[in-house]
Amino acid sequence: MAVLTREEAKQIIDKVLSFATADETDVRISGGKTGNIRYARSTVNTSGESNELNLAITSVYGKRSGSTTINELDDESLKKAVERAEEIAKLAPENPEYMPMLGPQEYADSRTFSESTDKIDPEFRAKAAADSIEPTSANQLTAAGYLEDYSGFSAFGNSKGNFGYNQSTSVDFSVTVRTEDGTGSGYAIRDFNDVSLLDSGSVTNIAVQKAQASRNAQAIEPGKYTVILEPTAASDLLRLISRSMDARSADEGRSFLSKKGGGTRLGEKLFDERVNIYSDPTHPDIPSTPWTGEGMPRERTQWVENGVVKNMYYSRYWAEKQGVEPVAPPSGIIIEGGDKSLEDMIRSTDRGILVTRFWYIRAVDPQTLLYTGLTRDGTFYIENGEIKFPVKNFRFNESPIIMLNNIEELGQQQRVSGSMIPAMKIRDFTFTSLSDAV
Amino acid sequence: MPVCYNQTFRLNLESSFKKALTFIFYFNQNKGGKLKRRDFIHLSGLGLGAMMLPGLAFGKEVSPEELMNPGLHAAAKKELADVALQAARAKGATYTDVRIGRYLRQFLFTREKNVQNITNAESFGVGIRVIADGTWGFAATDDVTKEGIAKAAETAVAIAKANARLQKEPVELAPVQGVGEVNWKTEIEKNAFEIPVKDKIDLLLKANNAAMDNGAAFVTSNLFMVNEQKYFASTDGSYIDQDIHRIWPTFSVTAVDREAGVFKTRDSLSAPMGMGYEYLDGLASEKTEGPAGSNLVSYRNSYDIVEDATAAAKHATEKLKAKSVNPGKYDLVLDPDHLGLTIHESVGHPLELDRVLGYEANYAGTSFATLDKWKSGDFKYGSDIVNIVADRTQDHSLGKVAFDDEGVEAKEWDLIKDGVLVNYQAIRDQAHIIDEPESHGCCYADNWNSVQFQRMPNVSLRPGEDKLSSNDMIKDVENGIYIVGRGSYSIDQQRYNFQFGGQLFYEIKNGEITGMLNDVAYQSNTQEFWNSCVQICDKDDYRLFGTFFDGKGQPSQVSAVSHGSSTTRFNGVNVINTGRNI
Repeated sequence: MAVLTREEAKQIIDKVLSFATADETDVRISGGKTGNIRYARSTVNTSGESNELNLAITSVYGKRSGSTTINELDDESLKKAVERAEEIAKLAPENPEYMPMLGPQEYADSRTFSESTDKIDPEFRAKAAADSIEPTSANQLTAAGYLEDYSGFSAFGNSKGNFGYNQSTSVDFSVTVRTEDGTGSGYAIRDFNDVSLLDSGSVTNIAVQKAQASRNAQAIEPGKYTVILEPTAASDLLRLISRSMDARSADEGRSFLSKKGGGTRLGEKLFDERVNIYSDPTHPDIPSTPWTGEGMPRERTQWVENGVVKNMYYSRYWAEKQGVEPVAPPSGIIIEGGDKSLEDMIRSTDRGILVTRFWYIRAVDPQTLLYTGLTRDGTFYIENGEIKFPVKNFRFNESPIIMLNNIEELGQQQRVSGSMIPAMKIRDFTFTSLSDAV
Repeated sequence: MPVCYNQTFRLNLESSFKKALTFIFYFNQNKGGKLKRRDFIHLSGLGLGAMMLPGLAFGKEVSPEELMNPGLHAAAKKELADVALQAARAKGATYTDVRIGRYLRQFLFTREKNVQNITNAESFGVGIRVIADGTWGFAATDDVTKEGIAKAAETAVAIAKANARLQKEPVELAPVQGVGEVNWKTEIEKNAFEIPVKDKIDLLLKANNAAMDNGAAFVTSNLFMVNEQKYFASTDGSYIDQDIHRIWPTFSVTAVDREAGVFKTRDSLSAPMGMGYEYLDGLASEKTEGPAGSNLVSYRNSYDIVEDATAAAKHATEKLKAKSVNPGKYDLVLDPDHLGLTIHESVGHPLELDRVLGYEANYAGTSFATLDKWKSGDFKYGSDIVNIVADRTQDHSLGKVAFDDEGVEAKEWDLIKDGVLVNYQAIRDQAHIIDEPESHGCCYADNWNSVQFQRMPNVSLRPGEDKLSSNDMIKDVENGIYIVGRGSYSIDQQRYNFQFGGQLFYEIKNGEITGMLNDVAYQSNTQEFWNSCVQICDKDDYRLFGTFFDGKGQPSQVSAVSHGSSTTRFNGVNVINTGRNI
């Protein structure tokens, strides 16, 4: 019984609340099934599946809170768990930043569940792996990949009458194809709520093409180049911005959104006017849970409009302290793109570098969001509108803030890691050294 | 794969959380005794969702008292283990090992004057690994009864037989001599779980106050404590009971100049250690003064968190005004608390044999240190003075155990000898690939429900033989930078090209430290870098660096590992300036 229906979950939550005597009580239940399969050197190494169900109770007296978790749902166990959470809460120190629980909220209807993903079984996983290994078997290639799927639910309710229920599924698949002589490597990655959108064989074929085309890469001088970033590569850098839009850090003077002399850069135009970034839990391609950990409803929120910073996220505590409305942080983000295909973008490029993905990205300077990392698994030189030859991988030192001021062109979007990200052509992207890594 | 600090640590917690969801279900609610106010401080600062998350990420939320419960007696564990060994053999296994594991974790998080989170977690269960039809199979259960264990053993055999169809060559295990019934404990003076939570919180808040009193605008401090109670039994005739302790106090201090719109941070110079709470005694005998002009104190096997937080606030404030580095070639003098990470990334990971063979290709990558380079017998990884050893035997290190997670006795071996690549890190089913008669004893699983695989042992640079202090080393440097602490770090998927930052950068001009620098990062190539190593301080300067959350594998597992070194000089390394205007 790892997945409870809305009614079953509500019933258990109400029962727990009926046992509670604290000022406020919050109950959360989540459960589901997780499975995976991993292969390398074209052979399956590990596969597994497991189920879980968990209930967490938080009891609050004034500004003192305590929580406990259990996995037995009989009345006796639930009663004891409530008593324990209340005992813990009474002994806890006051939390000066505690915010009272939210009353009933309106949550968006987010289509996060897919029947086909829910039905994944070991055989399905084995077939997905076999479909992925197959295209590599004949061509002196070797495949290493990983597929992980989840189907489950989460529900919560509190003594103020708030309640939420969401059922969701996800599948993440990635594959690296290498030539047996070790001179070429390609990669492709996809994630979906609905596994019927995933064809592990055709995704692997992309990695196969990249592996074969990237053999015997040539060294070219590092420096500033126009780059075409495939959505995977663009996402690697751009999602770092959405993680750094916390209002509290900005107000505290330790964010790229902090203003010299105090205050924040909310309302300032920090990016090219073609940059529009928003989040929306009901987006059909990247549906996500319509509430945050604080129980705040996630709504469509514009973060950047025509290059201007329109919103930062505010926790309920920080919003109250600053006298503004709270703003929920995004789950995935949507960066608006254009109509151009990757091929179109290559065709219109005189001289540039096509990047499949980045790797080992680390913050260098949180003040400017400067990051370093390397290209990996398919980096190509473009001249006069054509891919000319594979190039050795580069190390970059670049800030996504600077990138979003150097836009040449935005291409078609693709789902990457729960976000919708366009392919991007960026000028003056800074490569600082070469790597021999394949 | 990456060591995880700062923002990457958060990511790892998230991925651990996702994984942890798969076994949370198995734990029964603790029915322990009454709580006492003085032993308990709970949460502040975080929202409801956030505050529940960390405990769940590592098992079941329990009371601090439960962490002192000694758990099952060895005799009871032997009885359970024998059930698994017999059940697997009856189903056709030719080899079986059983790990009955109880993993206890207490993590404390504070910010300025507030406690942000306290998490006490317990995870208890059994993992059973078998070979049947020449193929590995693994199953785990939280049902630690004879019936539950027998069932898991049978599942493991069934999985092995199912996977055997895909196996190309049968598993070949290097031999291990059974050791009978033995036990081992990390040598600790004070069990950190027995120190009242309030005392630990008080110490963190005292460190925070010290930082705030000395110019910090913000400070967070954390204390991580781990106890792994692991019972291992195998069909080789070993019954090994081990009790392993680790501790990591750490903080990050931020100074802000609002007028200039600038902020700088300085993280703690502690190391995670295989020690008890005595690591926080701050003994004067374990402190060393940094080189003249650096105003630094370093800590060996005893850490003074309040003193370091005080210094950190002053350093962060000084960094606000420090000059930006001129890019170019410099002689680098690298402190052990910095060099440990460079060793980890450029020597530790590329010499993991499973990476070399391609098993990590889809995640962390492969390795430049291919078998042909090793077979040549003359691959110059570094200069003649570079001697790098692997071990699981160093006192106070994170890797120290008596036996690994497949019952192999801990030992020490050379990886790089007089600059030449001589060996890898291999476990029982890999030893034959590199013609080793036995495993190196570096097999590890991060929980009872994850399968053990090859993990990095301690990997350390041997100190120089001639008497040399860091102060003496700097006297000979004309144009250099002295780098202290772990900063930004990035390396490619075959471990050639890397870039490292640090916490503190001191300019060296004509043998003297002349002041602090900002915006420093060095870029090099692993082989070029280690061949530019010209001088290593002696054993009196030797210290351990470590990481608590080294990630590897899919689904990802974490492990803890130490890296020892003395202050070391590298000539003519390329330094870039990382300052930007946005």
